[in-house]
Amino acid sequence: MKQSAPQPDRSVKVTGLVSPLASLGAATLAMAKRIFAMAGGMYLLLSETAENTAKGLFTPTVRLDRESLITQMVRVGVRAIPIVVLIELAIGVIMPLQMFPKLDEFGQAEQVATINAIAAFRELGPLMTAIILGGFAGASIAAELGAMVMAEEIEALRTLALNPVRFLVVPRLLATVIMMVLLTVIADVVIIAGGWMTSVHLGIDSDIFYQMTKDAVDITGFATGLIKAAVFGLLIGLIACFQGLTVKPWQGSEGVGRATTNTVVYCIVAVIGADVVFTVIFYSYGLFT
Amino acid sequence: MLTNTTEKTQTKPAVIQIRGLTKSFADQQVLGGIDLDVFQGEIMVIMGGSGCGKSTLLRHLVGSIRPDDGSVKMFGQEITTMAEHQLNEVRKRFGILFQSGALINSLSVGENVALPLREHTALDANTIEIMVKIKLELVGLRAHADKMPAQLSGGMKKRAGLARAIALDPQILFYDEPGAGLDPVTGAQIDRLIIDLTRKLNVTSVVVTHQMDSAFNIADRMCMLDKGVILKTGTRQEFETLRDTALEELSTEQDKLIRQFLRGDAEGPLAKRKVHGDYEKDLLQTK
Repeated sequence: MKQSAPQPDRSVKVTGLVSPLASLGAATLAMAKRIFAMAGGMYLLLSETAENTAKGLFTPTVRLDRESLITQMVRVGVRAIPIVVLIELAIGVIMPLQMFPKLDEFGQAEQVATINAIAAFRELGPLMTAIILGGFAGASIAAELGAMVMAEEIEALRTLALNPVRFLVVPRLLATVIMMVLLTVIADVVIIAGGWMTSVHLGIDSDIFYQMTKDAVDITGFATGLIKAAVFGLLIGLIACFQGLTVKPWQGSEGVGRATTNTVVYCIVAVIGADVVFTVIFYSYGLFT
Repeated sequence: MLTNTTEKTQTKPAVIQIRGLTKSFADQQVLGGIDLDVFQGEIMVIMGGSGCGKSTLLRHLVGSIRPDDGSVKMFGQEITTMAEHQLNEVRKRFGILFQSGALINSLSVGENVALPLREHTALDANTIEIMVKIKLELVGLRAHADKMPAQLSGGMKKRAGLARAIALDPQILFYDEPGAGLDPVTGAQIDRLIIDLTRKLNVTSVVVTHQMDSAFNIADRMCMLDKGVILKTGTRQEFETLRDTALEELSTEQDKLIRQFLRGDAEGPLAKRKVHGDYEKDLLQTK
């Protein structure tokens, strides 16, 4: 207590009002750095994955491991079917209930089917599936790869002259993209089914519902939904693999936990961000009529 | 540092040649200029306390880390500046046993051993199966080929990791703390395996350890690493002599330090290091 510890020499004196601003600035700068580093790392990972996938597809000597691709597709996608069906069905059931009173006021009750179909195919099918898969598959991939770093498995692969990207990232990334698209098709159908269930209860004729849905859905709406789904799948796989592989061995189980949490958060942010961008692009090209 | 052994081993070619290897992480220097030769067919044991840089040194040898400066030549090729695909060709010529075995958890023991064979050779599935059985028999695990790594004990994992390391018939084998976390009997069995494999397969072995009984069991030559530099390189006999010499007869602080480490004594130059600053002052000074 007698002598105070020597103060670290600061070139800029930060006092009073400035200090919260300064720390805010520092935090922003640190965050920007992190985001740039992550984007750069993910870009490198993506290009290496693309290179390895192309090699696996087109060079006879380098084989694409079909077996592990199927394993990953089951793990990422097939196991997610029940939860996707459950949630999308619930959304399908909810939507007509929300819209029906207002539409009925205008005597347009059967438009429930139209809105339901457009929302399902263009937006809610891909988006909700991506959010589910980010939590379901993204978190599990990040935790798995993080644990593999921890157990020296990644380093072991490297010293066995096996590229972890080809061996681990390629099957996982392909699996998330493929299964995202397939799950979105299921999601689309299930939302319509949910909507139909409620609509029939609300007194809309089943045939009219079917006809209105058929009129509302066109190939562009369906395709744009699937394009979005593929992009979301790519983002989820990439974020999850990147977060998992960048766990450092000395971070311990805390590092794995952080990678898992970050994956889910980043996945949701990235998916919604990409959704905005793609929807704006599709709209401005006049794809939505 | 090499003067002790050059006469004896000059005739044999150096399989690994390390010169002036330095590495720092952040501001901390971990390796401060390492010079070391490992010769064909010998078991070289690298010893040192925790945090002395021995694991970092091993990771340089297998190409996992690139040094700040210096060179590592393996089979006469400089590996520190190699591109990844060239390095992979060198990697096929050596094997490494990791501390935990580092088996791929999603693959069975047999599949783990088959992995390098499947990926790096043109052998058909039947031949690979036979090879896997041979390798597993060498480490005494033939009956456990279908088990998953999670079902194995620590010692079995290490043996399975060893079977995978020798799958491609490497010329050099690296061992990272082979006895760590094992009971004495299993540890001794692993030591026996290291000696057997080195002699039977005529490979060169580099073992990193801090377990002295095991080190003296297996070593042909040894070197002592401390604070990122090699204090002494020599034959096992030289180290045994140093260990058994009375403390009064040693003149240099360095020899005393090595002796303490070899004997595992609590008192000595290494113990003094743990004292940091003035204890009383530190206790009384509060924030």
